[in-house]
Amino acid sequence: MSLGDIIDRTSSAWMRADAPSADVVLSSRVRLARNIAGIPFPHRASEADLAKVADEVQRAMRSTSGLADLVVIRLSETPALDRQILVEKHLISPQHAQGAKHRLVAIRPDESVSVMVNEEDHLRIQALLPGLQLEDALKLASQVDEMFESKLSYAFDEKLGYIAACPTNVGTGLRASVMVHLPALAVTGQVGRVLGAVSNVGVAVRGLYGEGSEATGNVFQLSNQVTLGRSEGELVDNLAGVTRQVIDQERTVRGRLVRERKDQLEDKVNRAYGLLSHARLITSQEALGLLSDVRLGVEAGLLAGVDAKTLNELMVITQPAYLQRIMGKELGPQERDVRRAALIREKIRARKEGR
Amino acid sequence: MMCDECGKRPANVHLTKIINGVKSESHLCEQCAREKGELDFFAEPKFSFPSLLAGLLQHDPGFMTGPTGLPAGVTSRCHSCGLDFSDFRNTGFLGCPDCYDEFRPRLEPLLRRIHGSTRHTGKVPGRAGAVTGKRREVENLRAELARLVAKEQYEEAAKVRDRIRVLEKDLAGEG
Repeated sequence: MSLGDIIDRTSSAWMRADAPSADVVLSSRVRLARNIAGIPFPHRASEADLAKVADEVQRAMRSTSGLADLVVIRLSETPALDRQILVEKHLISPQHAQGAKHRLVAIRPDESVSVMVNEEDHLRIQALLPGLQLEDALKLASQVDEMFESKLSYAFDEKLGYIAACPTNVGTGLRASVMVHLPALAVTGQVGRVLGAVSNVGVAVRGLYGEGSEATGNVFQLSNQVTLGRSEGELVDNLAGVTRQVIDQERTVRGRLVRERKDQLEDKVNRAYGLLSHARLITSQEALGLLSDVRLGVEAGLLAGVDAKTLNELMVITQPAYLQRIMGKELGPQERDVRRAALIREKIRARKEGR
Repeated sequence: MMCDECGKRPANVHLTKIINGVKSESHLCEQCAREKGELDFFAEPKFSFPSLLAGLLQHDPGFMTGPTGLPAGVTSRCHSCGLDFSDFRNTGFLGCPDCYDEFRPRLEPLLRRIHGSTRHTGKVPGRAGAVTGKRREVENLRAELARLVAKEQYEEAAKVRDRIRVLEKDLAGEG
């Protein structure tokens, strides 16, 4: 397994569609921020300090059986397009993709775990799983954390917990997040109310509201606001509980739409399917909006022949860098729109014909 | 409507963020939204540090001068990495792990404002805090024991009680 293998593979572990609550929750992520005692944080570290962190982390990985299978990628030696693809696959942050010296990412071959080295903190351990699996993601991230901890001397304060470069991450160093797809709440204009309520119970919300549904993917991110004063389990439980309430509300409204507005809903999802099956030019924004409508149709049982995994895959591979990788060359915006439309038609047709 | 960022292209990305109950809206063109990372929903949520800090200053003007009574303008630097506290106020980043010791009295009000707490109650690294970890586990197990007893789950409760005994014995041995 190498960087090339990871980049060439269009599907990742988090895209599987048979995960718990995958009809609403696209993915669950837990990341832990960790730093090594006695070394300045990356933004103030000397080149020698950064090299020391990178060396220590790599030595820890080589000498630990549970970490030895991680693929180590040196971002300063990785082409810009490949770095961009790692961002589109959610394995590194846009900041890390700038590819400065001594920045590494270590990725488990199934992409469920990635460890950024010398990003904002010395270590950012991330576990990413499909559907609502926050507890499992926490377990996975914690195992990796404990393996590193047996070899590295973490910066830890008896009172404040794990030390991080930014005080918003101190304590557990834990940020848990879920990506939720809320087309029914969005189309009925309830998403603002529901997500507003969520933000009052320790959960932060990020989302995109467009003019009309074409321009949006109806995808929202929920994450814990605080990292200090509650245990890892409590933070994850709270987010999971809130997410379950959001899932219930989305499912209720979907059910009502199917019962009371079936003609309109069938029309909407089939129009989206028709556009994706036949369009010759499509922007990534339009594609995300249509993929959202088609997904709603599939989850509501109104559309057959497409599966959620293909839709997850299309969300990633229709992004600009990935598209260019697949085509093997740099593309201008118009050419990208042509290639994107062709790729979507091909993927959707392949599913329909059962290939 | 034009893009808030560049003012040149029409805004077609409309963002609403709700963080700590505060709702903010912005209207961007696709290009600016992408450059700002706003279209990548899988990315880490960004917490705006300046707005957190502004909020804190309203509640606690002493944050600028420090509760120790240092007059404004007196520099205080971290002995380990040389970070000046004013750098932290500008960027939101501390310089090294030791900064938390150096600036603790000034950081605590900020941490309380951000997290509602200044006391870590979660995981403890095995090596750095074996004793702390065991003490905390005993505390947690005691709470668990009380819950189980209240629910009359005595079989489970007995297991928890045995685990507490083992840990307490270890702690006594380690002094």
